[in-house]
Amino acid sequence: MALHRLSFRLRQTVTHVRSLHTSGCGQQQEATAVESEPEPFSVFRAQENDPACQSEKLIGQYYTLPPAHIKTVFPHGLPPRYQQQIKTFNEACMMVRSPALEVISYLKKTDFSKPAVRYIFYGMKGSGKTMSLCHAVHFCYTQGWLVLHIPDAHLWVKNCKELLPSSYNTSRFDQPLQATEWLRNFRITNEPLLSKIKTKQRYIWTKREFTEEGAALGELVDQGIARVKSSSDVVGAVIKELRLQSGQPESDFRMAVAVDGVNALWGRSTIKKEDKSSVDPEELTLVYNLRKLMKNDWRGFDSMDPFIPVSVPNYSEKEFESCYLYYMDRQWLQHPQSRTEEGKKEIIFLSNKNPSMMDRICAFL
Amino acid sequence: MAASCARTVGSFLGKCGSCSSSISAVTSQLSRQVLSRQICVSSALRRKNLAAAGPEKYTMEYIKKQVEEFDIGKRHLANMMGEDPENFTQEDIDVRVPCCLCGHPDQVFPKQRAIQWGEDRRPFHFLFYTGKQSYYTLMHETFGKILVIEKYQDRLRAKGLLTKDIKQISLSASRWLKKEELEELLVENISIQDYNRFIQLMESLLSMPYCTIEEEFVLRYRQNLEAQSRKQAMPVLERDERGVAFSTADGRRKTSDSTVTLRDCGSGRITINGRDYLQYFPVLQDREQLMFPLQFMGMLGRFDLECTVSGGGRSSQAGALRLAISRGLLSFLSDGEMENMRQAGLLTPDPRVRERKKPGQKKARKKFTWKKR
Repeated sequence: MALHRLSFRLRQTVTHVRSLHTSGCGQQQEATAVESEPEPFSVFRAQENDPACQSEKLIGQYYTLPPAHIKTVFPHGLPPRYQQQIKTFNEACMMVRSPALEVISYLKKTDFSKPAVRYIFYGMKGSGKTMSLCHAVHFCYTQGWLVLHIPDAHLWVKNCKELLPSSYNTSRFDQPLQATEWLRNFRITNEPLLSKIKTKQRYIWTKREFTEEGAALGELVDQGIARVKSSSDVVGAVIKELRLQSGQPESDFRMAVAVDGVNALWGRSTIKKEDKSSVDPEELTLVYNLRKLMKNDWRGFDSMDPFIPVSVPNYSEKEFESCYLYYMDRQWLQHPQSRTEEGKKEIIFLSNKNPSMMDRICAFL
Repeated sequence: MAASCARTVGSFLGKCGSCSSSISAVTSQLSRQVLSRQICVSSALRRKNLAAAGPEKYTMEYIKKQVEEFDIGKRHLANMMGEDPENFTQEDIDVRVPCCLCGHPDQVFPKQRAIQWGEDRRPFHFLFYTGKQSYYTLMHETFGKILVIEKYQDRLRAKGLLTKDIKQISLSASRWLKKEELEELLVENISIQDYNRFIQLMESLLSMPYCTIEEEFVLRYRQNLEAQSRKQAMPVLERDERGVAFSTADGRRKTSDSTVTLRDCGSGRITINGRDYLQYFPVLQDREQLMFPLQFMGMLGRFDLECTVSGGGRSSQAGALRLAISRGLLSFLSDGEMENMRQAGLLTPDPRVRERKKPGQKKARKKFTWKKR
């Protein structure tokens, strides 16, 4: 069946293949022919779909994300343009690039007795930082880790419609909408693990609602989703629990925190109070709790490890080549000139091999 | 010496008093840019200006007197300058006294016809009563030439030496005289239909195989086209320490100035004011402008560009850079390719600048709301 699919693809693109009729030896011949020929259409497709097994040889190649994973791991993580691309191409192919591979290799080698290390993806606008982050998150998920993925910290810091004074601490402000949304997505991502983790503390939300000690984390999350008003506090509670528990030797799960746009936590916010004075990010509950998480005292140590910066550059020649071939394969480049050598050079020039620029240019070709 | 020179020139200008207003009108037109493109600044133009100024008719004696005075003035000027009075030409005057706009009286005063009839009031020319005597003489002359060619052809045919492959007159570098130019040549007015008939006749003359006999006659009525491939000022191709060839060029557009250094390294990197060009020009249109000269010549990935640009807005900076890149590219190209670039318009500086706002209007062109009453 797989052979049949493969040869069907061959028929579309490679023209000098003999016609395939279902006969045993015929198919075998096709198979050998497939292996011996250089397979022009799959030069850029990696055979390894599992991030754990991807090596540096696969840099520049596309691997497919299984659709089931996308729904669970990335309900909110992928950039919107990429989501549109997934819908158009009917498949989610991500390119294997060196920054992501580097971080994955570090993650594989992490020593869990030491304090957590922080990695920062940095680079020019549109160079692929979010995508690399998603790649790493996918890896963590396949390893069975608990993933705390915040899609865009900027969304929490600006354009907030509702701001409530916090019930827990009156000097701070709550953002119920964003908190509930995040809790919902968090639950989707980490369903299996939530039932295993137990709370260590008793939480009282209102006079009648409280969460017992020893309840599953899933219940806590449900509580937050149900009671919108206290959702930000629930987020804070969840974070505290996870922080405390992930360090204990008896806990059997690993945690990974991924924040996109982490510089928003320390920058300025555009939210204004009723008296038009701007709100400090510190005064937002969500941001406050997140900062505590970033602080790296999961073991109780207060040592702030320095970050490990990982730069995300524009595409290299090889990566650009493979992206171009991918678009050609998907019949994305319709303009006749874009298929020529000169057209390719023009695209290189105009986009300067920046991934998002190239995507935008090829979008209307 | 310069002062006395100026005084003579002043008196010069004073004498041609009636044409002073025309000169001032001409001066305003003679700005830096237009000087190189004087189209039809001939007596035809001055004739129109003079019609506004002074009397049209100049008698022959008056013109003769003007010519004599002009000559005397020229000799005085030559004496002052220390040049030879005999061989002092108009070009020398232009070089020495560039402000002297009054040329030879023949150029200043319009060409007018002398009286066409004698004392017994009988006209000199046999075609006088047609009204357009010079035009009809010309037509007759042309037809005469056609007959001459036909007779020549007959003779050759009789001898049996009629061959088809003969050198034709090269007409690519010239064009027919325009109607105004023909009028000026004939010193009389002709209508559009007359002009077309004349051109038709000349074309039929040219269609005959042996028209090269009358080549000189034909060329009299053709105007050479302006120098097509004007040699552009090419930047110098230098080599730096590593042996890489590079060239530097400037460009300007609206209020932006740019300088570009093209290096023949082999990578396609571009730096503008120290920043990446993707960062500097986030808009696709500007980057396309940068790409145009290189793509036109097919040299996209070959050069390394190091640019600086200042002034103006986003679009004008892109235009200035484009011009600078095209100019810089010239030193790497052959002549034929340079001609291609010139025809593509890559080497022409864009003369458009911001039009000034006028009083009585909102902006340069927008007028205030028009009220009927």
